[in-house]
Amino acid sequence: MRRARDPFFWGLFSAGGMLAALLLPALFLIVAVAAPLGWFGMTAHVDWLALVGNPLLRLGLFGLLFLAFFHAAHRFRYTLYDGMQLYHLDALISVLTYGVATVLTLIAAVVLATAG
Amino acid sequence: MPDTVQLEVFRYRPEEEGEPVFDTFEVPYRDEWMVLDALNHIKDHEDGTLSYRWACRMGVCGSCGMTVNGEPVLTCAAYLEAFLPGPIRVEPLRGFPVIRDLAGDLTDFIEKLERVKPWIIREETKDPSEGEYLQTPGQMAAYRRYSMCINCMLCYAACPIYELEPGFIGPAAIALAQRYNLDSRDDGAEERHEVLSEHEGIWSCTFVGECSAVCPKNVDPAGAIQRYKVDATADFFRSLLTPWRDR
Amino acid sequence: MSPQPRSPAQHVSDPIYPEAANPKYTRHHPRWHRRRIPIFWWLRKWVYTKFILRELTSQPVMYAALLILLHVWIVGRGPEAYETFVEWLRHPLLVALHLFVLGGLLFHTITWLNLAPKALVLRVGERRIPDVLVLAAHYAGWILVSAAIFWLLRGG
Ligand code: SF4
Ligand code: FES
Repeated sequence: MRRARDPFFWGLFSAGGMLAALLLPALFLIVAVAAPLGWFGMTAHVDWLALVGNPLLRLGLFGLLFLAFFHAAHRFRYTLYDGMQLYHLDALISVLTYGVATVLTLIAAVVLATAG
Repeated sequence: MPDTVQLEVFRYRPEEEGEPVFDTFEVPYRDEWMVLDALNHIKDHEDGTLSYRWACRMGVCGSCGMTVNGEPVLTCAAYLEAFLPGPIRVEPLRGFPVIRDLAGDLTDFIEKLERVKPWIIREETKDPSEGEYLQTPGQMAAYRRYSMCINCMLCYAACPIYELEPGFIGPAAIALAQRYNLDSRDDGAEERHEVLSEHEGIWSCTFVGECSAVCPKNVDPAGAIQRYKVDATADFFRSLLTPWRDR
Repeated sequence: MSPQPRSPAQHVSDPIYPEAANPKYTRHHPRWHRRRIPIFWWLRKWVYTKFILRELTSQPVMYAALLILLHVWIVGRGPEAYETFVEWLRHPLLVALHLFVLGGLLFHTITWLNLAPKALVLRVGERRIPDVLVLAAHYAGWILVSAAIFWLLRGG
């Protein structure tokens, strides 16, 4: 089991890293900045409901969020571990970082399942 | 061009002083001199007690690695000119305990190297009379880059993770494990996997990437480690999804 | 079961060196000097600082994912809640923060895609596909996907 842990989380980390790299800049730019401010001829009145109503898009979004949460958690765990030299706290840090990612994933699942 | 250049040399003489100090030497400057030539000049003319290692003076033995102005380099292949105007700071490689002056204790690296079994492991060997094990140029190309390693340990000195987590098996050892894993004549990948798949094998690495940046032989240990991570992860998820295919 | 790196003190049982019986004795030298690592080791060199900044992009990624999730949730709560939310997003301070976060996301994308060819070794037959091609394919993919997202969310 101990041997399973590293490849498992690294797999989530790298899948999430790739998805975040490809999708997040555009998504975040539109949702957080461009649409509300009406940049590039966009409007805040995208028919979000219709988009959110599409189960395929919701499933894709869930995949992105789930992997992005675990990507961030894994990376942050190593930042604390090596960057701050908190080796003795590794167990606690792992529980906290992966724990937060798990909770957020569950919330995302509920929000996306009930949306639309 | 200056006539002379100053060298600030890291000195550690445990019989005389508890803490290391820097000694400053003024050495003649020559366009064609390497940092190692300046150190040899000091040893020959200024202070015969200065301790450091070197042998080939041509970048193949891997024994003259030191930290020059903060960068790990082969001192026999680093022109003084690159560090002008000076003073040039010469220190031992980071990450290894210092025995004396510029010489570190490399036992840890040697032991880690042995652990990844950097030799060809075969399930069946044939009698020499039956001929050699043949390999196509393409099969050789798969591992050739990793076989260029000269065990100079510059990559260890550049790796902050090795310094922080001394248990980490480290860049060159992993690259050399891959050198044999990727060899078409070798059957030892599983044995090496035992060592590499430990947390202190590949998983300590966070891809700082400096090992590949400083490697004088262009071995790209960072790439070797990432490739191994990708393969190990793919294997793991494959066996998770298709457990019946597990041996 | 990993063999721990042998500490110098463990060289003691050496038959050739009888003085090795002395627990303080080590074969190569009695006293090593070990340099300490400063807490802020990543300030020592610019490449290390860049490395830590790259790792810290985990925070913008986390923030962006949360904001997108929040957005979906608010959309589900009806037009009024949504209008208030958009008003919020128009606040100059939030806009500034979000541009900063976007910078972090772009830094993540660029560093991530630049390293991709190192981990991915693709072959056609026995020939390895050159790194530049793998890199170019990744960037092309990024541009394509971004364009698709813009098209999908163009609104109007
Ligand atoms: S991988 Fe490069 S830097 Fe590391 S020991 Fe081998 S030759 Fe030296
Ligand atoms: S002296 Fe042999 S590599 Fe420098």
